[in-house]
Amino acid sequence: MGTVNPVGNNVDETWAALCAGKSGIERLTKFDPVRHATKIAGQLKNFNPLLYVDKKELRRLDEFIVYALACAEMAMKDSGLAIDEGNAERVGTIIGSGIGGVQTIEKEHTVLEQSGPRRVSPFTIPAVLPNLAAGQISIRYGAKGPISCPVTACAAGTSAIGMAFRLVKDGYADAMFAGGIEAAITPFAVAGFNAMRALSTRNDEPEKASRPFDRDRDGFVMGEGGGIVILEDLALARKRGARIYAEICGFGCTADAYHMAAPPPGHEGAARSMEVALRSCAMEPSAIGYINAHGTATPLNDVYETQAIKRVFGEHSRKLAVSSTKSMTGHMLGGAGGLEAIVAVKAICEGIVPPTINLDNPDEGCDLDYVPHRAKEMNIEAALSNTFGFGGVNAVLAFRKFRD
Amino acid sequence: MSIEEKVIEIIVEQLDVTREECVPEASFIEDLGADSLDLVELIMAMEENFGVEIADEELQKIRTIQDAINFIKKKKGLAS
Repeated sequence: MGTVNPVGNNVDETWAALCAGKSGIERLTKFDPVRHATKIAGQLKNFNPLLYVDKKELRRLDEFIVYALACAEMAMKDSGLAIDEGNAERVGTIIGSGIGGVQTIEKEHTVLEQSGPRRVSPFTIPAVLPNLAAGQISIRYGAKGPISCPVTACAAGTSAIGMAFRLVKDGYADAMFAGGIEAAITPFAVAGFNAMRALSTRNDEPEKASRPFDRDRDGFVMGEGGGIVILEDLALARKRGARIYAEICGFGCTADAYHMAAPPPGHEGAARSMEVALRSCAMEPSAIGYINAHGTATPLNDVYETQAIKRVFGEHSRKLAVSSTKSMTGHMLGGAGGLEAIVAVKAICEGIVPPTINLDNPDEGCDLDYVPHRAKEMNIEAALSNTFGFGGVNAVLAFRKFRD
Repeated sequence: MSIEEKVIEIIVEQLDVTREECVPEASFIEDLGADSLDLVELIMAMEENFGVEIADEELQKIRTIQDAINFIKKKKGLAS
């Protein structure tokens, strides 16, 4: 497993920060937000790209690809998987991204406007295309199996892991790089989300701005980064003595068919997505101990997600721990599902649920155990990771404890 | 800075190679590990630095560092 995100540049650092309830939200410095309504974001801190790419690559790759290569390298090292001639065609790569290389689009569009088309870099298109995170990873490691890139907005990382899981399960691949990545804290993207009134403008209290399920939430906070995992066929992983964190067992994906950005009341699409994930592995709802919620801190999501959880889990929803780590990382868009899958897995492995910080006054209709402020210890047999995206896409992963 | 020195400086920066590798007969593709996109970017940097324009047909003929130096000198009206 590998991650870079606003609270850490690897899994251990991230897990420690999340369990300590540490916010990664700060004053936006990636560009001068003087004209933007939102002036805060969850940015990576002290990330050294040169640990993962050389100077030439750094100049040519969009930041989302650099982040993806960093996550992939950590995941690869952690997994101990070796890719050689014998298995190359059986190892694939599915990395989702919501927006792709929007930084490069902005930069090169400025070049186009100011200096003309002959000055636009020949590396523009391969830096912009969202599937180039997967492409560059496959090139670096020689992974010649299935490759793809779901561009399902804020669910992209979850879609990617779900699709990769099915490829392994159905015998199309032995192992997969899978996850999501984003680097979209840019003047253009922030302006676009601001225009939708989707972002928090709690600019004077950055660390308190991301407030999932709280009465005083006012939208999400943009984050960046993501996470990548290696999924591997169980028999093969056992054979080579791999360290197995957890078993991925279910994937649900549904469409709202309702509105391009807003969830429907009660969010039945999200409920069905959780149901499909559970049904796909014949898991009883009562087996789930923890849900890493989508929990964006937008006014609609948090209430509707709560209603969807109640519909699926009934009485058991009172016993569940439901937390939104976006309260600390902000919303990494397509990267969110990548990291949050890792969080769900770590929660199972460690028996700890990271908290929802800033939840001072649960909103009306938000009456589950969101693990406010402080992490809690509990035995978790199985967990879900929820992510929902614009376009009405709902994607849910189910994980369970691995017992050898 | 002479044209030779400037050309080599641009190559070192763009292709992430060492100054020592930049001998006049070094081929961009075979010796300096450039691909076709690297070459386009390198030529763009030269155009910008020397205020010249290099057509795609002319680009085909620039194979080595010496070719690039000669070409720029010719464009600038300087004998090579």
